[in-house]
Amino acid sequence: MDAENMKQRISSAAPAASFEVDKEFLYVIIPADNLFTLIKTLKTDPDLSFNHLSCLTCIDRNPEFYMIYILQSFEKKHEIVVKAKISGRSNPAIESVSSLWSGAELLEREVFDFFGIKFNNHPDLRRLFLADDWNGFPLRKDYADEVNIENRN
Amino acid sequence: MEQVQNIVSDRELQGSNLQTQEYFINVGPQHPSTHGVLHLKIKLDGEIIEDVDPILGYIHRSVEKMCEKLSYRQIIPITSRMDYLSAHINNQAVALAVEKAMAVEVPPRARAIRILMAELTRIGSHQLWWGVMGMDLGALTPFFWGFRDREMITEMFEETCGTRLTMNYIIPGGVATDVHPDFIGKVKNYIRHLRKKLPEYDEILTGNRIFIERTRGVGYLSPEEAVSFGCTGPTARGSGVSCDIRKWHSYDGYDKLDFNEVLFNEGDNLARYKVRIKEIWESLRIIEQVVENFPEGEVMGKMKKVIKLPKGEFYQRVETARGELGVYIVSDGGNTPYRIKFRSPNFSNLSVLKKIVVGSKIADMVATMSTLDLVIPDIDR
Amino acid sequence: MIITALIIAISVITLFAVLGLVLVYMERKVAAFMQIRLGPMRVGPWGIAQTLADTVKLISKEDIIPNGADKFLFNLAPLMVTVIATLALAPLPFSDKWIIWDSNVGVFYVAAISSLTVISILTGGWASNNKYSLIGAMRSGAQIVSYELSVGLSLVAMVLLSGSLSFSDIVMTQQDAWWIFKGHLPAWIAFMVFIIASTAELNRNPFDLPEAESELTAGFHTEYSGMKFALFMLSEYINMFIVSAVAATLFLGGWMPLHFGQDNFFNHIMDYIPPLVWFAGKVFFIIFLIMWFRWTFPRLRIDQLLTLEWKYLLPISLINVLAAAWITVTGWHF
Repeated sequence: MDAENMKQRISSAAPAASFEVDKEFLYVIIPADNLFTLIKTLKTDPDLSFNHLSCLTCIDRNPEFYMIYILQSFEKKHEIVVKAKISGRSNPAIESVSSLWSGAELLEREVFDFFGIKFNNHPDLRRLFLADDWNGFPLRKDYADEVNIENRN
Repeated sequence: MEQVQNIVSDRELQGSNLQTQEYFINVGPQHPSTHGVLHLKIKLDGEIIEDVDPILGYIHRSVEKMCEKLSYRQIIPITSRMDYLSAHINNQAVALAVEKAMAVEVPPRARAIRILMAELTRIGSHQLWWGVMGMDLGALTPFFWGFRDREMITEMFEETCGTRLTMNYIIPGGVATDVHPDFIGKVKNYIRHLRKKLPEYDEILTGNRIFIERTRGVGYLSPEEAVSFGCTGPTARGSGVSCDIRKWHSYDGYDKLDFNEVLFNEGDNLARYKVRIKEIWESLRIIEQVVENFPEGEVMGKMKKVIKLPKGEFYQRVETARGELGVYIVSDGGNTPYRIKFRSPNFSNLSVLKKIVVGSKIADMVATMSTLDLVIPDIDR
Repeated sequence: MIITALIIAISVITLFAVLGLVLVYMERKVAAFMQIRLGPMRVGPWGIAQTLADTVKLISKEDIIPNGADKFLFNLAPLMVTVIATLALAPLPFSDKWIIWDSNVGVFYVAAISSLTVISILTGGWASNNKYSLIGAMRSGAQIVSYELSVGLSLVAMVLLSGSLSFSDIVMTQQDAWWIFKGHLPAWIAFMVFIIASTAELNRNPFDLPEAESELTAGFHTEYSGMKFALFMLSEYINMFIVSAVAATLFLGGWMPLHFGQDNFFNHIMDYIPPLVWFAGKVFFIIFLIMWFRWTFPRLRIDQLLTLEWKYLLPISLINVLAAAWITVTGWHF
């Protein structure tokens, strides 16, 4: 399936999506609220069938967050990058995709640990690497730690 | 002691209706079978595992946060310390991502050297895994045999790169220096040596009846689960999931070489074991082809003094000895990345552990952990 | 009387110490050569004083008793295991004249005493207040009690063939040939079953589940350190010696030189080699076999271990006892 067809298919499933294309990937940018419907379509649609969640992470574009899902299809041999925009720093939240990919459970715990993004309907949302009583979320751009982070500008 | 007494008193109270308590043991952070500082909290019913909860972070160094302050050349040594058994391949991943972003052409000799190094790394890593696998199952001799053959690889690395474990040799634009004059001859010798020694591996471990009984049908992972958990590398290929990045998203000229992706469909520990053993043979084939047509010329492409990536996002996958390593670089146009994410194969392979081992015995858990081949610093990045 | 007892006591303790030193050194060298390395080489020529140095280290180590351990039982276990190993040494004929206690129920006595080992292992594992130790001790209980049966039945087969429970009598019945040569199939099967089952009773690889380093760190002796650990280890090696000595006596003629038939030239040549050398040679051959197992085989799982005993070894040895009885009644052996 080429990029144009894919765009059409995605637009019909999630009208709020906008697109970007570079040499390698098709990027789909979508508000956090519509993410789960889109991702579910991407995984279950037989023509798209993105079955492999290659990478799940987050970017802090202060003030908003972008969740990144790099998806790949082992059958169709195509790939796509989904970016979900989460606005609001105080209590960022997004729907969990761990019901679609079991492997997302730990990956989302990692993102929760470092970015403080809350995943709704996640089966076991705890800190993963850091201690349970850790304050703050280290991979956020506004995280301050005078002891451990050297500031050289 | 208190717990034991509780059990006893419980039983006395209940009479014939025996009541037992949950039995938790902590495997790790220091335990012979976790090969590093992995901590598993295990709930037991007798010998049978009811629940596994991995507790991570004992050696977390926050590589991704560190890299936000480092230039792209400085990131290379950091990646060597993630999956230290695939150091060359980790370096290669970052180098390839940077080259892709800057559209730099890598000279053919450098690409050949990269393939050689990557495949030798893969062989060395699988040899170490093979020895440790034997040790986890209670046979100590394979450990030394595996290390004997791996030692020759590390010696070759030392001659060329100056280090034995954390190479920092593959850098953006090519490789740091040309190979040692003896290198190609030694590689040729090594291929001959290993072709003789690999059948011994089968004699002492693969053909052993106890070994087969311990691994066949144990730790079953279905192909659907393997995909769902994001497993890659030999772990997924043991379940018949074709996911070799060298075939799928070829890099550094793997597409010009003749090799097979090793696939087994059984999905058990024995299948994962066989995948790795056969991968050693395939890697030998790749090395042979590269060594026969080893190109002359430069080993460094045209790189600027200060590496600045254009604004944008770049993702590069490579196949390490354990699966798909993805490097996701978000650049603002500066000389440091705005955000860098390493999609590490071990992290995803670890998440499948709970699925596989619940319901099996302690001994099977050790065997399964061994065939997942976890390297902990790659999980605790 | 007292002087005799004293001499025996001193010589047994000396034998213990020497055996411990020699066997540990031997194990390390056997392991090393199978693993393409040299093993201990620094202390003394070819490292022969290495185990001595290790002993000094173990003696001088701090004696640690974990918090919450049952102190009395924790201290009792290593003592018990050593005493049991010593007791089992009594009826074994080292040579035609060297025997501490020529009992007429020697075989029975050794079988009875050696099965006590499980109690000390259970005690030590339970008293340590360590979950790994407890699992190891429980495994050990299941394992030793099961394999006791096969050991016993293979001993019974040999007792039937030789017609005596006394070790010295059994040796004398092998004057014309060792039982392994004249006992037909039953002796062979009994030998194999005995070696397999007694390896399991010794808790050695491939049956080292109670220790299972990669699973239970060190199993029942996880919490033991210093001299108490050394006693566990020493008794393991003494038990290995006893098992090998029993196997050598029952199947390979004990101190009896290699004889074929009665009073011929070949037998006279063989008689020039002293009985003690014959005995030691056979014992160390079997010890080497057991060490060879350890350094080449992977470990069994607990259910496979029990399956092997209850579904294979036990039926085989039961039938074997019948076959041995049949052969004895019909007089088919040579």
